[in-house]
Amino acid sequence: MARELLKGNVAMAEAAVRAGLEAYFGYPITPQTEVLEHLSARLPELGRTFVQAESEVAAINMVYGAACTGTRVMSSSSSPGVSLMMEGISYISGTEIPAVLVNVMRGGPGLGNIAPSQGDYNQAVHGGGHGDYNMIVLAPSTVQESIDLMVLAFDLAEKYRMITMLLTDGSIGQMMEPAELPEMRPVVRKDWDWATNGAIGRERRILSSIYINPPLEEETNLRLMKTWQKVQANEVRYKEYYLDDAEFIVVGFGTSGRVALSAVRAARAQGIKVGLFRPISLNPFPYAMIDELANKASAFLVVEMNSGQMLEDIRLAVRGRVPVEFYARLGGIVPFPDEVLSEIQRVATTKLNTDQHPRDAWLARFTAQSER
Amino acid sequence: MISLAVPENLVYSRPESLTSVHNHYCPGCTHGVAHRLIAEVLDEMNVRDHTIGVAPVGCSVFAYNYFNCDFVEAAHGRAPAMATGIKRVLPDRVVFTYQGDGDLASIGMAEIMHAAARGENITVIFINNAIYGMTGGQMAPTSLPGQKTTSSPNGRDVETAGYPIRMAEILANMDGAGYIVRRSLHDPKNIRMAKKAIRMAFETQMHGLGFSMVELLSTCPTNWGITPIESLTWLEDHMIPAYPLGDYKVSEHLAAIKF
Repeated sequence: MARELLKGNVAMAEAAVRAGLEAYFGYPITPQTEVLEHLSARLPELGRTFVQAESEVAAINMVYGAACTGTRVMSSSSSPGVSLMMEGISYISGTEIPAVLVNVMRGGPGLGNIAPSQGDYNQAVHGGGHGDYNMIVLAPSTVQESIDLMVLAFDLAEKYRMITMLLTDGSIGQMMEPAELPEMRPVVRKDWDWATNGAIGRERRILSSIYINPPLEEETNLRLMKTWQKVQANEVRYKEYYLDDAEFIVVGFGTSGRVALSAVRAARAQGIKVGLFRPISLNPFPYAMIDELANKASAFLVVEMNSGQMLEDIRLAVRGRVPVEFYARLGGIVPFPDEVLSEIQRVATTKLNTDQHPRDAWLARFTAQSER
Repeated sequence: MISLAVPENLVYSRPESLTSVHNHYCPGCTHGVAHRLIAEVLDEMNVRDHTIGVAPVGCSVFAYNYFNCDFVEAAHGRAPAMATGIKRVLPDRVVFTYQGDGDLASIGMAEIMHAAARGENITVIFINNAIYGMTGGQMAPTSLPGQKTTSSPNGRDVETAGYPIRMAEILANMDGAGYIVRRSLHDPKNIRMAKKAIRMAFETQMHGLGFSMVELLSTCPTNWGITPIESLTWLEDHMIPAYPLGDYKVSEHLAAIKF
């Protein structure tokens, strides 16, 4: 296929269609609405299912129903809508069935705004719905990566019978850049041995997240943990830039990783030995790689568009061996590469104070700078 | 040895669509009657192996244990959304939800209204017993004015707790609905009428005539705090005046359907 100029949201939607998406259920919310709009035309034209639900609550439960039949199904939303989906996310996880979700994050909490943010990292990566569960969380930083991860998401969801979420933001969802879509895959509805699609010539099946007898629930919890161990062993994804001789390591995902890459290149041009580590799978998180890098690097700089949610995971992997510094923009503001470059210069040239939590230190610096 | 010359004439047996297990319902509760009627209809229509049921949250949360067909278990109130997801990707299957009054008329109000508005080809069996059973007898959206429950100990005060919701009347206003009726399970005659209605509701779905719902007035002796027989009388005396039995919407196309 040829490269085309594609908008992130449209690219994700079309990639899903080509990956064999059979049914979409969603509700309009900025900045993800183009996913819904694209599929509202595309799916019916292909004889597949599109329903605009009455709410995100209904949308996720329609996804739940369709997923029980073993069809490739997805929904997409943005932060406030994803909060409404948390009930269904927990139920789908407890039922151990595959589904794909997209969160095009925007500023929050509450109604917040419609500008790009990464404030839902914890909700996606460390739970959000009730009970013990994990979902695979993938963070693209370009339109092309949005396409590639969208296709992968369906395969991973089915392989592990769990939700795979693309965690992206309003910047990548709304931007246009050249990208290549995959070939159209034929729709294959597999006859899964768990699907509730009518007990024709077989024993009836029940799909449920209820285990009223605690020992059976515990057995389910343990099974989910063991499945997650397999995911952790096999599905860690990340990208490294200029790390071979890097003394300083910037870590950022999605849009903040992308901005940080520009800053890293600029710093390299100034002779600073800095590299970028960009986690792609936020869950499972690449702890082992950060752990290894912490043996070689002299400091880390974590850049996020939230108050330091991934920062805690980096600190967990680094375990105090070297300073971990933090820089953020919040509220729907995307940092400029120059801001990150200044931070790289600071980390590379000043003695770092490790007494204070990096979030607190950043907040003090940032506040002082704003008041100046 | 005595040989029995009397030919076997089986007149009553367990429907194939019901599983052979003990249920958890209280003595005198009419859930069992409703289950059996649905199972008989699925048998008679020969659709058991094409049927996917959606269980609710409430007393009938374990309904999936009692029907011998594929079943899924929805979150509280979301059964119509889940049924929508199933039916849209498997339009040739029979999909039904089984929901109580808390599930359907309180927490699941948005889902039931919009499933009806979209004219989803699903069948809803709505058990209205004017109380929350599973959690132990709290006020339901269908509790009657003055009805004492564990969360309206002085009786439902409409000034603060509002008025009962009549779902059949409301859903009958939806253009997407093909068949909306209310029946009762308090005596044999009404049980027979309920069965016919359930059959017609499934026929509505089979013929693609849109959303169908049978509201069944039911008893809850345990949480009403009276005997099963008193419950049947209480239903007749108090519930039927508040929830009149009848056909609230019947698609004209159903007139041609004979069974």
